[in-house]
Amino acid sequence: MTGQIAQIRYQIMWNRLIAVVEEQAQALIRTAFSPIVRECGDLSAGIFDLKGRMLAQAVTGTPGHVNSMALSVSHFIEKFPLASMQPGDIYITNDPWMGTGHLNDFVLTTPAFHRGKLIALFSCTSHLMDIGGIGFGPDGTDVFMEGLYIPHLKLAEGGRMNETLMAMIRANTRLPVDTEGDVYSLAACNDVGAKRLAEMMDEFGLDSLDDLAEHVIANSRAAVEAEIARLPKGTYRNTMRIDGYDEPIDLTAAITVGEKTIHVDFTGTTGVQKRGINVPMAYTEAYTCFGLGCVVAARIPNNAGSLAPLTVSAPPGSILNAPYPRAVASRHVIGQMLPDVVFGCLRQAVPERVPAEGTSCIWMMSLRGPTATDAADKRGFAVTITSNGGTGARPMKDGLDATAYPSGVKGTPVEIAESIAPVVFWRKELRPDSGGAGRTRGGMGQVIEVESSKGLPFELLAAFDRIDHPARGRDGGENGASGVLQLKSGQKLKGKGFQTIPAGERLVLMTPGGGGVGAPSERAGEASARDLRDGLVTAAD
Amino acid sequence: MTQTRLAVDIGGTFTDVVLEAGDRRLTKKVLTTSRAPEEGVMEGTLALLAEAGVALGAVDVLVHGTTLATNAIIERKGARTALIATHGFRDVLDIAYESRYDQYDIFIEKPVSLVPRARRFTVPERVDVGGRVLLALDEAAAATLPAQLQAERIESVAVSLLHSYANPAHELRVREILLTALPDLAVTLSSEVCPEVREYERTSTAVANAYVQPLMAGYLGRLDRALQAAGFRGTVYLMTSGGGLTALEAAARFPIRLVESGPAGGAILATHVAALAGERRVLSFDMGGTTAKICLIEDLKPETSRAFEVDRAARFLKGSGLPLRIPVIEMVEIGAGGGSIAKVDGLKRIVVGPESAGSEPGPACYGRGGDEPTVTDADVALGRIDPERFAGGKMRLDAAKAAAALARHVGGPLGLSATVAGFGVVEIVDENMANAARVHAVERGRAVADATLIAFGGAAPLHASRLAEKLGIRKVIIPPNAGVGSAVGFLRAPVAYEVVRSRYMRLEGFDAAGANALFEALAAEARQVVESGARGRSLEERRTAYMRYVGQGHEIVVPVPSRALIADDTAGLRAAFEREYEALFQRVIPDGAIEVLSWTLTLSTPHDLPAALAPVARSGGARAIDRRSVFDAEAEAFAEVPVYGRADLAPGQTVAGPALIVEDETTTFLSARFDAHIDAAGSIVLERRS
Repeated sequence: MTGQIAQIRYQIMWNRLIAVVEEQAQALIRTAFSPIVRECGDLSAGIFDLKGRMLAQAVTGTPGHVNSMALSVSHFIEKFPLASMQPGDIYITNDPWMGTGHLNDFVLTTPAFHRGKLIALFSCTSHLMDIGGIGFGPDGTDVFMEGLYIPHLKLAEGGRMNETLMAMIRANTRLPVDTEGDVYSLAACNDVGAKRLAEMMDEFGLDSLDDLAEHVIANSRAAVEAEIARLPKGTYRNTMRIDGYDEPIDLTAAITVGEKTIHVDFTGTTGVQKRGINVPMAYTEAYTCFGLGCVVAARIPNNAGSLAPLTVSAPPGSILNAPYPRAVASRHVIGQMLPDVVFGCLRQAVPERVPAEGTSCIWMMSLRGPTATDAADKRGFAVTITSNGGTGARPMKDGLDATAYPSGVKGTPVEIAESIAPVVFWRKELRPDSGGAGRTRGGMGQVIEVESSKGLPFELLAAFDRIDHPARGRDGGENGASGVLQLKSGQKLKGKGFQTIPAGERLVLMTPGGGGVGAPSERAGEASARDLRDGLVTAAD
Repeated sequence: MTQTRLAVDIGGTFTDVVLEAGDRRLTKKVLTTSRAPEEGVMEGTLALLAEAGVALGAVDVLVHGTTLATNAIIERKGARTALIATHGFRDVLDIAYESRYDQYDIFIEKPVSLVPRARRFTVPERVDVGGRVLLALDEAAAATLPAQLQAERIESVAVSLLHSYANPAHELRVREILLTALPDLAVTLSSEVCPEVREYERTSTAVANAYVQPLMAGYLGRLDRALQAAGFRGTVYLMTSGGGLTALEAAARFPIRLVESGPAGGAILATHVAALAGERRVLSFDMGGTTAKICLIEDLKPETSRAFEVDRAARFLKGSGLPLRIPVIEMVEIGAGGGSIAKVDGLKRIVVGPESAGSEPGPACYGRGGDEPTVTDADVALGRIDPERFAGGKMRLDAAKAAAALARHVGGPLGLSATVAGFGVVEIVDENMANAARVHAVERGRAVADATLIAFGGAAPLHASRLAEKLGIRKVIIPPNAGVGSAVGFLRAPVAYEVVRSRYMRLEGFDAAGANALFEALAAEARQVVESGARGRSLEERRTAYMRYVGQGHEIVVPVPSRALIADDTAGLRAAFEREYEALFQRVIPDGAIEVLSWTLTLSTPHDLPAALAPVARSGGARAIDRRSVFDAEAEAFAEVPVYGRADLAPGQTVAGPALIVEDETTTFLSARFDAHIDAAGSIVLERRS
């Protein structure tokens, strides 16, 4: 019986590890300054063994951090050997290629000690509102324009903060108070994790995590492999064209389902771009694996074992494997499209488990401008307001209206947006007829109208997609409506790049709709009648 | 002042009635009559009074809590409701958070709004963040609303306009226009039920209130008449989710404040038990048939909050329900109860809950056709529940069916015996509760290990000692009448009302006159509600501000002195904020600018908590009435343990673990790591050895 009881104890300890990282994430949300962290959940937190393998990760709003963060810890271990780590050390970087894809994400890693012995590493990352440079938009032409670049450094040594580094950070951002506050918030959340881990090890009488790590990784890997084994074997191909910055981008994938592995290869994808929509490889892997995970292994916790059977490659120099020092600030616009590309392949294998294309890239309004007519406030305001379009129809269910996917961040409430920036919203409601018609229809987008509340011009750092290339329907379902970006007076705006909204004008966003699944004529009469009654569909044909 | 007091708690399955007259306390459980709940209330009340030999006319106070409002929302059985919103903002209810409550599940369903889009109307108007009118209310457009509502046969309306918490003038005028044309229409204003910033939560709260208001007003009216007809001459109070009592009229106006009144009663009970035992740091643990509720109580004050979710669509996941901004006693509720169903998932892991077998068919051991193993079945398989003594022997459990269900659904897939499967189920549910308690505590910046656990509800005493071991807790208290704890708690609650208003203010250059005017308005509103119920008793006032550093998103609650504020209070308010902040997050931010978002005022009768009772002298070991074979996880084998009857145990008597202490409503399982004694209040007190 001992073996049986031991199995149950392993499960208990595994659950506890997940609870520890959830606590770590909660501590980060509660103390964060960055609105996109505290209101919208753009962060990640996890625990790693001494081989740099991720054992558990908190389920937060950011798929983009899934295995990009998992890889980041091994880079820290290379730079700072385990033998050199001391209690009170904290390591930091925002390297887009060895972190989570752009300079705005700080990654902090803290070694955890128990009874004087190094036992694990805690790591976390969150999105900071401003890290200098030309600001959070896609207009940079190399990474140096995009802000302060922090290589792998010690943020604290033996409990003493690196004040030189903190001064450098403060001096290189438009939001010094928030940025410093967020660095402390990240450091504190790792401490919370380490404290809980030590308590757990006392309770269970552990002096190392080695056996538990093997249990977690082996079981997770076996579970994912078992799911893969049930999929029809073969290679499935798909190409999706999206807007890009200067030219349309083709995202081309071939997914090979083997006995125990899935490999995604992006050969054929468009090359790197001049502007900051390029994607470092780690971020490409993150959103690709997230898309695979949703279909193949939705209930299996993320760790080194569950991620191991899923591999990704992209040709160096393609937009999905952008080399240093390309501009990458708005890599999410492209990266968030990857689950749709994955779905287009997998629907050839398991059509019933895969939705149609959706809006996918989050419609984030990065706005900047003066707060008042006098010059007293030198920095003005800089704010990011999140909003979304519709998701793709599911085979048996409609898409979700005005909902983020694959991103998990929340929308900004109108009343909150108006309290943190001098803007007034005149409209924010669903956009009728924007969901692609079908047996099940795509989710509806939104119509949003925004004006300066001071009668002043303001700046838009646009990074929107699906304006020229809408979400496609499938199996006879219609495309979702394209996104629209314009002034109220009618003048169209560019989907990407810096633009000024003149005084007295309103900025109008019509977020895209999701694609439909199946022929519209097959839609249940009741569902069609409800949409008509609700005014979400206006044209009966 | 010895009063005769009744408490009635309507739950999904049972209606609990508790009578306190002098030193006597009697309890009764009857089936809930969902169609006309007042019938079950009257039946249970009159039967209990007859047993006690007390006339209804002699009852001074009846305190009532009910899940009716919650159930009306969950079952979508409320009024035909409309929403009137600012033009351009018809879909606040659908746009909601724009997020998914489950990251990986692409097939989630969002909660269905209580008001379909076809019944959502808009009117041109606009107020800005500072309460200034940007666009005057379009009177001509508003005048067309009554006809539109009539055409849709609307019974109840919520009016929720942008920034109405800052200036309610347009909402007030819309109500005037509606009631002039349709005098019988039920109208809820968001600026009255929830005057707080964030349009989705405010609108959701207003709509939920409108949705249940006609139903609850009708029920409360019928109950009042039935009581009067039967000779009741006392006062009726309603238990609110915030832990205070309110008068019938206020309850009928804002019935949304009655959701979760049962669990609130449980927290009040735990506070009372804590006072008697002199415990300052308490974790209250209420485990029933479907869920477990865990609440932090520090210094005899339960944690309170202003956010709650009703009707979670999926497995108690945060974000899957309809948000309500009402005063609630803060607790975490998870799908872990005696009826929670156990199974094995794709990773060969045991999963318990949140699905519950409920009372029909109930756990497999009930023998009512239930085939899936539950936590209760696991407790039976491990020997912790005596099948012959369940519910005082009125209901015989079938241990063989429990074992068979565990073997089939858990043991089989994992290659475990029924007993080890049962052990796994109990360990997992205890671990789930422990993790929920830990995360809940950290969300509020607290630690749990040095707290005392107060356990009640039918299933809690079976699981309390293991939960305590997992949390590092050294002391557990199980009060008398643990099985009807919520209703007992109703009788301990003060008459109280909390009001809130959002008014943004920077602490630097803080507007003392504005804050004073706001508190005066809040006090007047609270007094109006509380005075009728207080019946001349003195009233206590508590003021707070929701504050944060400028740039942060999460406020913390800071006490504000109950007097007129002056400009010089800036320093005191900053110090109070920093004190609270440091306690929660270790480190204040030097010279960080501070802002206030909302202000609250609570008016209540004194919450008379009893003084701690003197400890009893240990009078020696109790006499066991039986022995049972109970599974011992550390030895990995069954071992004989003594069984004690709770009714036989007198204050001061001791029991050494492992042991079982049985009573009609529940069984207390004492693990080998605990010893117990009966304290002066009649509670079982478990203390960790060494």
